[in-house]
Amino acid sequence: MNNEIYMPEIECAPRDEMELLQSYRLCRQIRRVYEKVKPYREKMDAAGIKPEDIRSIKDLSKLPFTVKQDLRNNYPYGMFATPLSEVVRIHASSGTTGKQTVVGYTQNDIEIWSECAARALARVGGTKNDFVHVSYGYGLFTGGLGMHYGAEKLGATTIPASAGNSMRQIQMFQDFGSSIVCMTPSYAISLIELMRENDISKDTLHLKSGLFGAEPWTEEMRREIEDGLGLKAYDIYGLSEISGPSVASECECQNGMHICEDHFIPEIIDPYTMEVLPAGQQGELVFTCITKEAFPLIRYRTRDIATLVYDKCECGRTLVRMLKPQGRTDDMLIIRGVNVFPSQIESALLSVDNKATNYFLVVDRVNNLDTLEVQVELRGDMFGDNVRDVESYKKKLKHAIDSAIGVGVSIRLLEPKSLARSMGKAARVQDNRLIKNKFEKK
Amino acid sequence: MLEQISIFLENKPGRLAAVMNVLGKANIDLRAFTIADTTDFGIVRIIAREPEKALAALKENDFTAAANKITGFTIPDHPGEMNKVIEILQAGGVDIEYSYSFMGSRPDEADIAIKTKDNEGTEKLLKSKGIKIIE
Repeated sequence: MNNEIYMPEIECAPRDEMELLQSYRLCRQIRRVYEKVKPYREKMDAAGIKPEDIRSIKDLSKLPFTVKQDLRNNYPYGMFATPLSEVVRIHASSGTTGKQTVVGYTQNDIEIWSECAARALARVGGTKNDFVHVSYGYGLFTGGLGMHYGAEKLGATTIPASAGNSMRQIQMFQDFGSSIVCMTPSYAISLIELMRENDISKDTLHLKSGLFGAEPWTEEMRREIEDGLGLKAYDIYGLSEISGPSVASECECQNGMHICEDHFIPEIIDPYTMEVLPAGQQGELVFTCITKEAFPLIRYRTRDIATLVYDKCECGRTLVRMLKPQGRTDDMLIIRGVNVFPSQIESALLSVDNKATNYFLVVDRVNNLDTLEVQVELRGDMFGDNVRDVESYKKKLKHAIDSAIGVGVSIRLLEPKSLARSMGKAARVQDNRLIKNKFEKK
Repeated sequence: MLEQISIFLENKPGRLAAVMNVLGKANIDLRAFTIADTTDFGIVRIIAREPEKALAALKENDFTAAANKITGFTIPDHPGEMNKVIEILQAGGVDIEYSYSFMGSRPDEADIAIKTKDNEGTEKLLKSKGIKIIE
């Protein structure tokens, strides 16, 4: 099967042509942000770099990095490169301390993002004859609206189902003729379970493919989703800081995600030395937005660990591919598609009784659903003589954490000093999903 | 009133042994011992002859332990005797949170511990009805 390529002149461009285009756009972008965005100007001045020093993508590595803290420091609009009157849309993603990361789009930014999402849909066989069923959440989260605009751009019949109300989703699959779905892999799994419970056969659906993203998933889940929904399941990658879903996505070869590098130049760096690593080496993924107008991030450190592959793909595309993110360089966890930072849990625990409490997080995947267990040492002053008080303390902790991170957790109370005191921040988390992933990679 | 010590334990192998090890080494004589358990933790309650010493030994070994007062009384080891006590409590509107029995001081007697909201009130009530309170 060969799916039609949405923009062959770009997606199959020879490397030298792509680099020429990237160089032109990069130089233009750097001149713009130097003039219009104070934080960039300050960083470049501090590094002794002038816009005219950037003459091609070979000079990209001279530029300073941008990190999430820069976005927090300039919250909400300090990194915007256009007047707010030009901004037609705002999205936001969850942050560590309640402060969200706010991103903005001009009309042209929305156009480009939609085009990237249309490419992603075409890569999985989407055409104007398809019914694209979008079950990502609509709202400040980029998933829903991002894929929605892509589907419309493609000319497909778009079904803005959003997330939730699972029985109705399945009914719509059946009645509306949904042929391509976009949702998180864990939501797909929960729909499959619901179908099983209600004896609904996948043969009553008309799905041919699906784009699943916004959280890490395994090859095992891919097989389960393909089998359970009767479709081909493809990976899609994006982050709101760069645009949203469809920064990169898989083609029919299911062998790495093609990055829309005519808009977003990827680099892989060593997160400790900050050196750019050669192609094929694993490291932290960094993006530079060379066409974005409202919120153009320069050398943004995503904290995702990935690998870049520049070989031509069997599908005919020459766009560089990124292999599935292999973890993070910071302590962010993605639980059922939601970004969770241990520091959020720490402050929720603190909010219960204003005393520091030692804790440990265990993330796991049970029946293909992410679970988060928060282990908390029970302090002497929180303990009397009866079970009821301990249970109600547990409930209080659970409530505080659930509402702080938006994900249901289970609490396990531990005896004091069961968690080693000297543990660093990184050792506060045990992610069994990563251990399982490693094991699966034969 | 009796001095009870409660100890929080995770539900995992070896924890109870660890408690007993500490108490044994501190030469603590136990009069009563009971476990309340849930799926992932348990509370061990003990009555020791030297409660302060027992509590100090437990805390020194990093156990979460707390001391509190509960009501203890002695009844004849004879059918219907416990029923009498329960009826008194019921008539007085006293709720029992938990209770356990332990070895009596004499073979023909039983010692019972009960936890209520107002231990002093409970003791007064029982005393007024002629029940022998353990002081």
